Amino acid sequence: MSMGAPTATRSMDVAGPWTPRTARIANVKQEAPGIATYELVFEEERRAASYRFAPGQFNMLYLPGMGEAAISISSDPEKYGSFLHTVRVAGNVTQALSRKSAGDQILVRGPFGSAWPVEKCRGGDVVIACGGVGLAPLRPAIYQIINHRAQYGRVFLLYGARTPNDLLYADEYDAWRAAGIEVVITVDLGASEWTGHIGVVPVLFYRLRLNAPQTHVLTCGPEIMIRFVVFEALARKVKREQIHLSMERNMNCAMGFCGHCQLGPTFVCKDGPVFTYAQMEPYLHLEDL
Amino acid sequence: MAAKPKLAVFKFASCDGCQLSLLDAEDELLAVADAVEIAYFLEARTRTLEGPYDVGLVEGSITTAHDAERIRRIRDQCQFLVTIGACATSGGIQSLRNWADVNEFISQVYAHPEYIKTLATSTPVADHVIVDFELRGCPINKHQLVELVAALLQGRKPRVPRYSVCIDCKRKHVVCVAVAQGVACLGPVTQAGCGVICPAYHRECFGCFGPKEQPNLASLLGHYANRGADAVQLVRLTRNFNGYAPEFREASDDLETAAALGNTPDAPS
Amino acid sequence: MSATNLPVGSFVRIAKPELQTLIDQLRAMGYRTIGPRLSQGAVIYDDVDSVEQLPRGWVDQQDGGFYRLQPQEDGAYFDYVVGPHSLKNFLFPPRETLLQLSREQDQWRLHAPAPPDPPLAVLGARACDLRALWVQDLVFVEVEFVDPAYQARRSNLFVAAVNCRRAAATCFCHSMKTGPAVVSGFDLALTEQDDHFVIETGSERGGEAVAACPWTPCTISEIEAARRAPRELERAMHQRAPRERQDLHKGPPLRSLDVTDLRELLLNNLEHPRWESVAQRCLACANCTMVCPTCFCSTVDEVTDLTGDQVRRERSWASCFTAEHSYMNSGTVRKSVRSRYRQWLTHKLATWIDQFGVSGCVGCGRCITWCPVGIDLTEEIAALRGTMP
Repeated sequence: MSMGAPTATRSMDVAGPWTPRTARIANVKQEAPGIATYELVFEEERRAASYRFAPGQFNMLYLPGMGEAAISISSDPEKYGSFLHTVRVAGNVTQALSRKSAGDQILVRGPFGSAWPVEKCRGGDVVIACGGVGLAPLRPAIYQIINHRAQYGRVFLLYGARTPNDLLYADEYDAWRAAGIEVVITVDLGASEWTGHIGVVPVLFYRLRLNAPQTHVLTCGPEIMIRFVVFEALARKVKREQIHLSMERNMNCAMGFCGHCQLGPTFVCKDGPVFTYAQMEPYLHLEDL
Repeated sequence: MAAKPKLAVFKFASCDGCQLSLLDAEDELLAVADAVEIAYFLEARTRTLEGPYDVGLVEGSITTAHDAERIRRIRDQCQFLVTIGACATSGGIQSLRNWADVNEFISQVYAHPEYIKTLATSTPVADHVIVDFELRGCPINKHQLVELVAALLQGRKPRVPRYSVCIDCKRKHVVCVAVAQGVACLGPVTQAGCGVICPAYHRECFGCFGPKEQPNLASLLGHYANRGADAVQLVRLTRNFNGYAPEFREASDDLETAAALGNTPDAPS
Repeated sequence: MSATNLPVGSFVRIAKPELQTLIDQLRAMGYRTIGPRLSQGAVIYDDVDSVEQLPRGWVDQQDGGFYRLQPQEDGAYFDYVVGPHSLKNFLFPPRETLLQLSREQDQWRLHAPAPPDPPLAVLGARACDLRALWVQDLVFVEVEFVDPAYQARRSNLFVAAVNCRRAAATCFCHSMKTGPAVVSGFDLALTEQDDHFVIETGSERGGEAVAACPWTPCTISEIEAARRAPRELERAMHQRAPRERQDLHKGPPLRSLDVTDLRELLLNNLEHPRWESVAQRCLACANCTMVCPTCFCSTVDEVTDLTGDQVRRERSWASCFTAEHSYMNSGTVRKSVRSRYRQWLTHKLATWIDQFGVSGCVGCGRCITWCPVGIDLTEEIAALRGTMP
């Protein structure tokens, strides 16, 4: 009886939902200070080949002894065989992960959670607004839109990071532009060689002329940024049901058993992490909820 | 594997009970000795190695000028400094002197008080140097100690909960002594970790592990007072092994002030 | 007396001492028998293999932060009400190993958790306990993910329930419509009378268990008397005066909860000053959540040896009253005790309905009794409604 979150791939495991699967780190790519992308391959070949996820979903990455961390998947959902996680060092698990390298073993449960409504956006315009590592869960949506580019109207990526060095996936922006995404980048603190925008992500909305009724906004980043992105989108008459946000809470089990991630009536782990603003509106503006 | 981390154990004003907890970790002690180089631990071995040390465990409170100077030298020698036990973490039972005249104690206890040089107060290590981690308890719990060593070896944060003793009582199916027997128990304001030894023997919690996160002593003690506990009894309960921990200290001082004014402390309404 | 099973829906009477035969039969059927016992000044659930272990002749007096046992002369087995334990303690145990792993040459090997416990038979569960069991089923079984350990214990559970003849001052099952009459979800339902038990069979295995006892069929009047007992109690509970009109010098307040539009009341009052007032009293000690028979929050911890080569994933009861519950690397979401009490009460009485279609409260009153400072949710709701100062 959840809030009717967007449907997504749910996978039930015959071994039981608590049992992780072993995977190998195939490659590690340093993205920015304290942030790296890990390419993972399930050790069991059949599983590696059959594993599917939807953009916006997450896995529980498990390092025995250290614990599990909920990390969004950041690869192309239509490329099979391996998958990517972009991880910022923050707690026990991510710290330990940062000491791992190609060939090391890691355990995985997933995928979990709701997805970006990439299919629903077809025929309309899309604004992707994100900050910091908030781009990681949106990259699968970008890939999927590019895979089916003709089915979308205008597509914007408004992305910001603290400094130019902190920008994720900077080597891909040209390819995304070439594929028809209007990429606008901003940073909080410029550097002498920086010629782009300086400022926060929501301000980038002033550059857009939106056709509100057919526009979907997808946003992920610090909660304060999400609130201002919502504010800018609403000011441009984007419908509450067409603003989609990815929320972060403490996810311990990812299945709605443990109770840690509750936000209002939702379990962020299984009803979310992607919600519409219409669902989140009563809860987004309250302190300490 | 890299060289074993060097572990040092230091003692200040204390009863040695926390060091004994380490020696008492029978099953785990050999594994610990295997995993770390015990470089300085006078209670366990006479051989000592020079610093610097990777990890320093400090037992005891600071009660002399010499202590105050020695703890600074130890801090400089230790990369990661952990206080073990109530004395090192909050001043210990000997911090009762902080509410009394230490010279009067000395004149009553010692035949030759002129030989005694001591500070007027017993204070926690953290009042003197930066402490990286605290292990609570009077004495510390050996499982928490082993967890601390394991965490340091494995490069993660130790899992030492900050919540109440009550959570562990309930997990162990121990019936609440405050509710079922009407005794004044500090469990609801005390940090878990002891393994609920006293409530399991139908006794109240004495607060050996010090204040839990965000403790509400005003409410709890006010409630006990309303149910007939007298202020002197509540001051004694609160001013115990961790009596000088800030939250406990404030509560017992407030009780005394209220009693001096002739007020019964009230639970917030 | 008969050697064949009694059909579902039978009413039989057994003499009181024959309760021992019933316990023996359940054990013969392979169950671990759990029932009420006196321990540490309370009636708790524990292993019971003899009727001598039951708390015969004891009743409980309960109020906010108060629980005492008193002897009662009529020697009834089941006139105590509810103690600090519930079926949760057994079906969703406080600690449980979910998975074990060992590392050999940088490879992790997974080991299945220990084999399932022997099936449980519980004697003495009340209507509110059965309701709470169903509420937890909705969390662990009747959802897209199924918790295998809970499901295994649950599917083998045998419940010999008891109709309440007495209510504590903290009971308000009448308000939550969860009791005191046992109506469904049982294998056997017992009603205690002066010299016998009336037993209703609710399942085939219930019939099998009771068929082993020397039973006689009930007369119509015996069935009616058995049905009347909890109904009369329910009527009396509904006749409790509003608290402001009760004489509190004569005893503790007799609780009721006005459930009219309760969900809306809570969700429309998330910034009510009462949350600050309750936070002044609340200890955030988590006792209410631990004794609540429906609270399901847990944390999975890693337990390791020194080397980190042996790892156990252990699930323990957790509580929304702790800071770590809502902790993220960017900080704790619910920093204040105000926000934690609000989370607990709004979840229990309001958002639980969004999540599972039912209230999370069964009206057992445990959270009132076992709160060390006696915070009373019925009083807090009355204050939010403005019917209490």
